[in-house]
Amino acid sequence: MATANVATHSTDAHDHHDHEHHDNFITKYIFTQDHKMIGKQFLVTGIFWAIIGGLLSLVFRLQLGFPDMELEWLRPILGGWITPDGKLDPEFYLALVTMHGTIMVFFVLTAGLSGTFSNFLIPLQIGARDMASGFMNMLSYWFFFLSSVIMFISLFIETGPASGGWVVYPPLSALEQAMPGSGLGMTLWLIAMTCFIASSLLGGINYITTVINLRTKGMSFSRLPLTIWAFFLTAVIGLLSFPVLFSAALLLVFDRSFGTSFYLSDIYIGGEALPNTGGSPVLYQHLFWFLGHPEVYIVLLPALGITSEIIATNSRKPIFGYKAMIISMLGITILSFVVWAHHMFVSGLNPFLGSIFMFLTLIIAIPSAVKVFNYLTTLWRGNLIFTPGMLFSIGLVSFFISGGLTGIFLGNSAIDIQLHDTYFVVAHFHLVMGSASFFGLMAGVYHWFPKMFGRMMDARLGYIHFWATFIGVYLVFFPMHYIGIAGFPRRYYSWTGFEFSNMYTDLNMFVSVAAILTFGAQLIFLFNFFYSMYRGRVASLNPWRSNTLEWTTPLHPGHGNWPGEIPAVYRWPYDYSKPGASEDFIPQTVPLSATPESNLPHEQELVKLEKQIIADEEADLVADESKES
Amino acid sequence: MEEKIAYVEGAEQPISMHPKKFALWLFIVTVVMIFASLTSAYIVRQSEGNWLEFDLPTIFWYTSGIIVFSSITLHFAYLSARKDELSKLRLGMVITSVLGIAFLVGQWYSWAALVDRDVYFVGNPAGSFLYVFTGLHAIHLISGVIFLIIVLISSFRYKVHSKNMDLMEMCVTYWHFLGGLWLYLFMFLLLNH
Repeated sequence: MATANVATHSTDAHDHHDHEHHDNFITKYIFTQDHKMIGKQFLVTGIFWAIIGGLLSLVFRLQLGFPDMELEWLRPILGGWITPDGKLDPEFYLALVTMHGTIMVFFVLTAGLSGTFSNFLIPLQIGARDMASGFMNMLSYWFFFLSSVIMFISLFIETGPASGGWVVYPPLSALEQAMPGSGLGMTLWLIAMTCFIASSLLGGINYITTVINLRTKGMSFSRLPLTIWAFFLTAVIGLLSFPVLFSAALLLVFDRSFGTSFYLSDIYIGGEALPNTGGSPVLYQHLFWFLGHPEVYIVLLPALGITSEIIATNSRKPIFGYKAMIISMLGITILSFVVWAHHMFVSGLNPFLGSIFMFLTLIIAIPSAVKVFNYLTTLWRGNLIFTPGMLFSIGLVSFFISGGLTGIFLGNSAIDIQLHDTYFVVAHFHLVMGSASFFGLMAGVYHWFPKMFGRMMDARLGYIHFWATFIGVYLVFFPMHYIGIAGFPRRYYSWTGFEFSNMYTDLNMFVSVAAILTFGAQLIFLFNFFYSMYRGRVASLNPWRSNTLEWTTPLHPGHGNWPGEIPAVYRWPYDYSKPGASEDFIPQTVPLSATPESNLPHEQELVKLEKQIIADEEADLVADESKES
Repeated sequence: MEEKIAYVEGAEQPISMHPKKFALWLFIVTVVMIFASLTSAYIVRQSEGNWLEFDLPTIFWYTSGIIVFSSITLHFAYLSARKDELSKLRLGMVITSVLGIAFLVGQWYSWAALVDRDVYFVGNPAGSFLYVFTGLHAIHLISGVIFLIIVLISSFRYKVHSKNMDLMEMCVTYWHFLGGLWLYLFMFLLLNH
């Protein structure tokens, strides 16, 4: 294997960066400033939330699939939320869908996905000792933890958690009289989300600073793995959109607790007029969706980045269209800020404005399609290695296509009049955003588990997990398209009471059963995850024969990642199956001068330049050693 | 094509800034986004009618003057620090901090002036927005004054000088930004109230 240069760097020179010996239990596992441990903290918290969010969805799926079911057996857990005649309390049903949405979008797929992999991978893949500010990074996790605690507490209060849908539109969310969940539950929701915004911003500032300023020698932007590009752009989106959510939430807090009228106007409760005049509820929708739509890409882009890396590695081929991938991600980043009003086509928006937003929305199909084609062309005639991570990545591509197609329907302002707030929308975003990002998260866990814990996850359990989840997701969400086209609105407690919607109970039953089975399949993953953490097969240093920098670290990298010098980078990360090379991969740390057999003509010319740099580096190394002795 | 561009750059240290300064700029971006969204919300809401018309407190002119002057004195302190004239630096920092606090007091009186005009926080959004703009800006300004005082204390401990300008430079950036932000808000209100 042509890794001569790695050897020159991993000399046994004493290193100044290994702080490991200072660590006790608290600083190593709890108030840690090591990006790898913070990433794992985000992952474990994210898994915890995914279980809660999943269980909540099962409870309301029981209600939807089996409206006549006796739910008395849930009383030990849900207590008063089960009515005396053994049914789910309708108010609590609304709380369930609200909390399911909030938890999954923010706590699992934003913090659990971006928080985990941005923290874990950015320093490892760009060749940095740690994040730009370890302290801010720690703060980012602890704000998230605080936010989690507050949101978790809100599940248990007497009036129930926030219930106005995860978008918490006023006036429903602004008036305590509107519903029980708009009381203390809503207040806690707002406090939790404020902490969450602080956490995201602290994290995002750190990710951007680190990617721009702390790259190792030779790691130009055109040599960054696509994962890093994705995390970087995700952080940019978050940095620009989360402050707007903060503004929206701040004005909502003023309306709720101080009596202002930003969103409230001319409301009568029980025949009495409220004093609020002059507010505009649509204003909230504008502010919310200015975050809300970019949030979709905050959730999705990291998953796409992870997938790019895993598909290229396991196809043993360079990623097809590296530049096109970056440009489409940039395009998605920019476009994500100018399409928010497609969530508001039926809010009384000016129809002319609606057609502008429709046009902009449909443009997003172009970069998305470019990415899909690039995945498919990377897979095309590759030496495919079906690791569990690879399967989940391919699953993501599948969901991205099937869920993305329905996005073209929904982006049309005319068709949206029929489909808005029906199960068609639910099916669409659960496939393209929920399941696709979840599969990206899973792919990432399977792929980087060896780097996180030094052990392999069991592949066979991984395959079972994949197929059960993949088939299960389609069984859950595909029928929802039909239910939606038939006009079934989302967030309804029961349909049996209406003439237009008292059919399709069998289909809903089917969906509910599929949902329970799919959730059950996740238990396989949980077992595999925690069992492999302690008992898994010990991983080799580079189990997937991958090119990126994280696989040049020791099996259990300490705080500082590389024991010696940080390796320099001499090539892009996708030199897989390069013609003439002896192996089917050439890590980024291998200089061009070490691979004359596979260099392209223009690379051959760069060898001279490179030799000079290596000589400089060795001079530095010698200087360092003499300083130490 | 893409590889060609990649390799021409060679294995050199990528361009990088001081990470903390860079992070400060990113923080400034988030503050810009908060105020951009609020001022946009103001315009959107205003265009819907039912909008209370009132005169802005004249004290805003004085506070704007104070904040501009404080930026000048801070710049004086900054130049002195670069020339290692420590007594001038301390003088500049003290004046700037006092001016910062004076600005905050002035903003407080602007609220009193608003109340005199029967414009309250609770009521027509036209007034509420004004309180939100000034209040949120004042909160950021308090953080700026704290930053000024931190630099002031370090200047008395001989920690700010021409060889150690990072803290000072960040403070200058943040303070000028806060001043600029106020001027933007004031101008915005003059044009749109």
